[in-house]
Amino acid sequence: MPQTIRLTTPFTDEDVSKLSIGDKVLITGTIYTGRDAAHKRLVELVEAGKDLPFDIKGQIIYYVGPAPAPPGKPIGSAGPTTSYRMDPYAPALMDVGLKCMIGKGPRNQKVIDSMKKNKAVYLAAIGGAAVVVAKSIKEAEVIAYGDLGTEAIRKLKVEDFPCIVANDIYGNDIYKEGVKEYKKET
Amino acid sequence: MREINVKEIIPVVKKLCIDANYYIGEDVLNKIKEFYEKEESPTAKEVLSILLENYELAAKEKMPSCQDTGVAVIFVELGQDIHLIGGDFYEAINEGVRQGYKDGYLRKSIVNDPIIDRVNTKDNTPALIYTDIVQGEQIKITVAPKGGGSENMSEVKMMKAADGIEGVVDFVVDRVSRSGGNPCPPIVVGVGLGGNFEQSALLAKKALLRPLNESHPEEKWAKIEEEILEKVNKLGIGPQGFGGRTTALGVSIMYKPCHIASMPVAVNIQCHAARHKSAFI
Repeated sequence: MPQTIRLTTPFTDEDVSKLSIGDKVLITGTIYTGRDAAHKRLVELVEAGKDLPFDIKGQIIYYVGPAPAPPGKPIGSAGPTTSYRMDPYAPALMDVGLKCMIGKGPRNQKVIDSMKKNKAVYLAAIGGAAVVVAKSIKEAEVIAYGDLGTEAIRKLKVEDFPCIVANDIYGNDIYKEGVKEYKKET
Repeated sequence: MREINVKEIIPVVKKLCIDANYYIGEDVLNKIKEFYEKEESPTAKEVLSILLENYELAAKEKMPSCQDTGVAVIFVELGQDIHLIGGDFYEAINEGVRQGYKDGYLRKSIVNDPIIDRVNTKDNTPALIYTDIVQGEQIKITVAPKGGGSENMSEVKMMKAADGIEGVVDFVVDRVSRSGGNPCPPIVVGVGLGGNFEQSALLAKKALLRPLNESHPEEKWAKIEEEILEKVNKLGIGPQGFGGRTTALGVSIMYKPCHIASMPVAVNIQCHAARHKSAFI
């Protein structure tokens, strides 16, 4: 049965081993943002053997390009972007310690295999629920690649950031299992 | 003959950009509620209720319901008895987009070239503007901000007459199936049939402007829309791709005559944020 689990960042092996697909997770602590352009730069640094702009061990990257913050708010609307575009980069980042990715939509087999190998998880935020997600973000600060605008890497302080386990460390995939359950033959 | 200064267009486009992103149409809210009642998966039900909560919050807080505030797709119906004065018409529309995306705190999502530089233009221009000349002395402007995630799941296929309506239905259903959870289901499926390669895609986009509570005015096409919707909702993809009965909220077809050799079929996938607002000048 799916359960609701509260986790604080960074994540340990023990934290992620408790998660199964379909579980609801509420994250509190620090998470980092990054999407296509930032991932390209991060992986170039990894391949060159250089330091990343933040310590990635046990960390969480949220695939988001937020809307600008309106006056009095730490961030604008901030729902997830589609994750498959980060598939070419994700395994290299998990190999250097990334523990969790948050986005929307299914991942390819290479990413799923890398999650198993590195004990990492993929969580889905609700695509299009960008105001609901933004409410759980209390602070936001650009820490790298400011030239990329919305695609810059931001450090977010979150409280009870809501997501659902899409891929656990055991190789399960909600996008396959869920559809199987509800598919009707025509 | 009516004279309109293009400067009058700027505040209208600005407001449409903001309103389309803050306030989702009642047709979308009602469809989500309707499918919520029929949905069997508890996870899917929860997702649909979060989407409803999000649309309510967006309107209340005056924030865009989705951070992807899209490329500004703008449809203009320009009355032929109008004389535009005071500057460049398309530049006025782009100025409206510029102001709307800045003052509405909307995301700027346009890069200057698709492959080599990909530098953000920082004001969400240029807009994609399509103009039809119509009778009369009015201008109708529709702003339909289109997100990238669902647009990426769209496709044009040049089919042959022998493929028949079954071939078309299969292609549309297969396109939705291959999209899975990527385009933020529940989606709206726009289908453009006929015309030519380029016109079919534009028809599919225009089809997305039809309110979700309306079917095709011709019964034979309304039936095909229903058939596709039923098949799509048997795929099991469900809201966000987590599994469920609510994969699409609606299917909308537009068609045009075409060449004897051709049968172009375009599928334009729209996420649940089926946003568009119109105004008359």
